[in-house]
Amino acid sequence: MSQTTSDPRYGLKPPKRPMRISWSDERFRGIVWQVVVVAIVAAIFWWLWSNTVRNLEVRRIASGWGFLGREAGLPIAESVIPYDPTNTYLRALTVGVLNTLKVAIIGVVLATVLGTVLGVLRLSKNWLVSRFVGAYVEVVRDLPLLLQLLFWYAVLQGLPGPRQAVNPATGVFLSNRGLKLPWFEWLDAHSWALLACVIGIVLTLIWRKKALARQMADGQPRRVWPVALLLCIGAPLAVWAAQGAPFSPDIPYLRGFNFQGGLTVSPEFFALLVGLTLYTAGFICEIVRAGILAVHQGQWEAAGALGLPRGRIMRLVVLPQALRVIIPPMTSQFLNLTKNSSLAVAIGYQDIVSIANTTLNQTGQAIEGIAAIMLVYLTISLSISLFMNWYNTRIALVER
Amino acid sequence: MDTTKRRFSVRRLLAGVMGAGLIAAATPALAQAPAAGTNLIETIRNRGQLICGVSTGLAGFSAPDSQGRWTGFDVDYCRAVAVAIFGTDQNRVRFVATTAQARFTALQSGEVDMLARNTTWTLSRDTSLGLDFPATSFYDGQGFMVKRSLGVTSARQLDGATVCVQPGTTTEQNLTDWARANRVTIRPVVIERQEDNTAAYNAGRCDAYTTDASGLAAVRSTLQNPNDHIILPEIISKEPLGPLVRHGDQRFADLVRWTHFALIAAEELNLTSANVEAAATGDQRPEVARMLGRSGDLGQMLGVDNRWVVNLIKVMGNYGEVFNRNLTPLGLQRGPNALWTTAGGLQYAPPFR
Repeated sequence: MSQTTSDPRYGLKPPKRPMRISWSDERFRGIVWQVVVVAIVAAIFWWLWSNTVRNLEVRRIASGWGFLGREAGLPIAESVIPYDPTNTYLRALTVGVLNTLKVAIIGVVLATVLGTVLGVLRLSKNWLVSRFVGAYVEVVRDLPLLLQLLFWYAVLQGLPGPRQAVNPATGVFLSNRGLKLPWFEWLDAHSWALLACVIGIVLTLIWRKKALARQMADGQPRRVWPVALLLCIGAPLAVWAAQGAPFSPDIPYLRGFNFQGGLTVSPEFFALLVGLTLYTAGFICEIVRAGILAVHQGQWEAAGALGLPRGRIMRLVVLPQALRVIIPPMTSQFLNLTKNSSLAVAIGYQDIVSIANTTLNQTGQAIEGIAAIMLVYLTISLSISLFMNWYNTRIALVER
Repeated sequence: MDTTKRRFSVRRLLAGVMGAGLIAAATPALAQAPAAGTNLIETIRNRGQLICGVSTGLAGFSAPDSQGRWTGFDVDYCRAVAVAIFGTDQNRVRFVATTAQARFTALQSGEVDMLARNTTWTLSRDTSLGLDFPATSFYDGQGFMVKRSLGVTSARQLDGATVCVQPGTTTEQNLTDWARANRVTIRPVVIERQEDNTAAYNAGRCDAYTTDASGLAAVRSTLQNPNDHIILPEIISKEPLGPLVRHGDQRFADLVRWTHFALIAAEELNLTSANVEAAATGDQRPEVARMLGRSGDLGQMLGVDNRWVVNLIKVMGNYGEVFNRNLTPLGLQRGPNALWTTAGGLQYAPPFR
């Protein structure tokens, strides 16, 4: 099918005629009404704004963004970047944004993996497995998330104290202060290796594209995984070795009240992550199930008739079609998970809402604080939407 | 076809315009309700009740009892202001529970008339919130509580400890200031609701719990075994706690301030709920006569009944009675809240003349 066969009448446009400045002209009327509505909306917003500014002044409530440069003085328990109470409010809020992103990104990945696995299991022919997953979905979907978060936090608080910590392996401690894991001192060589790994992933993607193009040309499938292994694992290891392979382990140990050193997974972060993941996975499970069921049985049979093995039918025929159904509702779930992370306040994980709330309380600048929270969530949500819409367009059925 | 379409769109537009007009007409009324310059005492009198913001539950200061009746030191301050305005009725108060983070917004927006919510008087709060602190009802200081089994006897031994603290309070900032000044590393656990915070401390998530010393005593009294917990001797900050009103209505601020002073002055002059009625007619001391409205018009100057102090003391008792009723059961001493005139404390009322 080509463009030339389309209906020629689609190309026809009504004849142009000049607009008259008259009430009986439909286009003129349309423009007048639109101008009126825009003017009213603008007037309402202007009035809201000026009223707010005037009332703030009358009540001598401080306003403006000057507080961002002041010393915060608020304690933050966990942070991705170095933070000290002597730092500014701006840095404290940045720490909050990064904490939100941390739990949202890890949560989205884990919820997607868990949800997909559950979605496939839900369709299992094994009665026990499918019913078990069904019961799980009903339970997590029907209980309020806040309740689940408080439940997980309470469970983690039931663990023994640091002096009686569970110690299953050397350097691994599980207590009500969180999970302590052995880690290593991060050196420059490790940063270079990480960079090499990122470059390796990019090169692998390019290689894969080329390999697919050549497969299109000559019909011969080419293996991608040996190249991927070499570029993503081999090259970074070589970079690390070239710099003398430095490695100094950082094993946690108990001193005084708490554990020192090592990697910490705090109970607050863990409870939030587990709560968000299990809750969202319940929804994703149903979306994946619906997506797979949406692909007609005939597709399986047709692909089977072509001699494709079952794994490839799933990967090459069913999944690409199921994804079209899955992606749009999945976007909503990712947005929900990100926004739900604001419930962190209840269990003491210091995300952007927690830190902005404290900031607005200490500075008294509620409007700015709320605006900052809105701006952050809007930016994160729009980014997720943009990315998912781009991905959706990419995998959408190309109609000709 | 053409006409129906047009009529439809015009009608929809008109509806939209009218809706917008309604919103525009309704919002000024909402926005200007708590505006400056209005007489709040008059508003409260017409409404028939005072709306008072208290904490969500802190034993001894503001907590609902088993009958759902709010009791406590802060609650009594709300009731005292209501008695000053309405005469003898101490139940003309509606209590609104506010979290530490929402309290100032609740007052600024006019949701409550005043706050009596163990709030620390600081310079930045006094200047940038558009609120005023009329008086200091309770002189407090921040301390630490730990489990007795830890074997800690001084706050200086808390290096490396995890400390439970409520966000949005001066407590949080004092903790970091103190840790910096004493070169002590503290790991904070910051949970919004006081009850959840206490639960986290009780479950062992934190080694120590920090808040104002009065709050520590209140929290300790609600724990399962209060004797398993000790309050460390160090007091690391000054916490003058008091009621809060909106900036701009000075008459209401004056009334709240002098309600506090009336409670203090009554204790200075040995007027109690039991003897104030008799003193109103029998006591010959000139200041008592002025205060209780037998001579002069001090009450009218404040915009309330001339016998307001008689009503106030008869219903609420003097400062000492309020303190003993609410805070002595928690094991709190008068300490800095003793009278200056008899015990060298900080509580002191300016002259009633």
